Amino acid sequence: MNDHVEQKRLHSYLDGELDLVRSLEIESHLQKCQDCSQEYRNLQALRSAIRSKLPYYSAPARLRERFDLMLEKAAKTEKPRARPVKSWPWLGVGVGASLAFALMIIWSLGTTLWRTPVENVLVGEVLSSHVRSLMANHLTDVVSSDLHTVKPWFNGRIDFSPTVKDLDTEGFPLVGGRLDYINNRPVAALVFRHRQHLINLFTWPTDRGKEEKVRRLSQEGYSVYHWTKAGMEYWVASDLNTEELQELVRLYRE
Amino acid sequence: MQEAEKLSRFEEAILPHLDAAYNLARWLVRNDHDAEDIVQEACYRGLKYFSTFRGENCRAWLLAIVRNTGYDWLKQKRPNDLVTISDEDPPTDSVERMDHLAIETSNPETLLIQHADQEMLKQALEALPAEFREVMILREIEEMSYKEISGVCDIPLGTVMSRLARGRKQLQQYLAKWNKQG
Repeated sequence: MNDHVEQKRLHSYLDGELDLVRSLEIESHLQKCQDCSQEYRNLQALRSAIRSKLPYYSAPARLRERFDLMLEKAAKTEKPRARPVKSWPWLGVGVGASLAFALMIIWSLGTTLWRTPVENVLVGEVLSSHVRSLMANHLTDVVSSDLHTVKPWFNGRIDFSPTVKDLDTEGFPLVGGRLDYINNRPVAALVFRHRQHLINLFTWPTDRGKEEKVRRLSQEGYSVYHWTKAGMEYWVASDLNTEELQELVRLYRE
Repeated sequence: MQEAEKLSRFEEAILPHLDAAYNLARWLVRNDHDAEDIVQEACYRGLKYFSTFRGENCRAWLLAIVRNTGYDWLKQKRPNDLVTISDEDPPTDSVERMDHLAIETSNPETLLIQHADQEMLKQALEALPAEFREVMILREIEEMSYKEISGVCDIPLGTVMSRLARGRKQLQQYLAKWNKQG
């Protein structure tokens, strides 16, 4: 009678999809069982081969042009939408408007319960800076993987000296730095890469009294992390998965 | 929402994920030209339904549309690419447990996978059924969770799990077979 790990469960373990209790069970089994641990190593080898060697097909320039063209066309041909009153003749404009107003109140309550209004604005600013840096071909002002090049570059450009960390060996090579504008002030943006994912880290001197712990604030498929430490604000934005982005945050706070 | 505002919001939502969309389409249909057409068509569809999008996970939303568009295209142009695979598990657990271990699991296999070159891996992945290939891409390249994949492919979580397991196993077998031939 064998007591090997069920195949599917080993894959879920590899994918980080098991709860803590089951993960620990498998971990301790792998330490004892040669067959299963060999199988697990094979799966890990397959994953790292796929991630490091498989081609990633980026959207060609022509596709981006076609996309722009489509939007231009849509902007020209779309007519203003019919008033909602027409399709809901039994509802007066007043009812519709007050309904919309009520929804707005509910929505704003829901989001502000766990974020301060200032933070709401900042999350938005951080995210749009992140997205813009990916879209507009303006990712970096200084391109270098060397922190001794990136850190001095900010001298004279901003009135503080950002902490720049070398996390290359941990799998987060530095791509470069950039000057950005958030919260009505110039800030330092540091760009890291993790496989094909780009990570923006924004930092500037904080005006908050006490230190804030790390918090995750997500929006539209992106993760945003925020904390303050030693008088500085730190904001991290990326589409990288939570697990690995948390690792970067942890390394940065060390 | 004003049309101009809608368009600019759409652009902002879609552009960051255009690479992911193209990569998925490219792996589904396996050539550049058709992948471009599919992403373009998916963007049209996306724009049409953008007002129903609730703004939660834009990448997953776009990839689901790309995937559907890709499948529609395959059904029409290359129906043979879509073999219906059975998602049923083998009747008992024991069959699924480490059954292939008995055949061949050894250090050399790990080495072999580590030394597989890009071309070999690409061919192996392209040889997988589309249903396995897409979950592999979404999991390994896009690093999506089972839940996200289940949403994109419109399949239950358990099916995501078993397709991943079977896809990986087939990849290992292809690589082992080719190595012997080579």
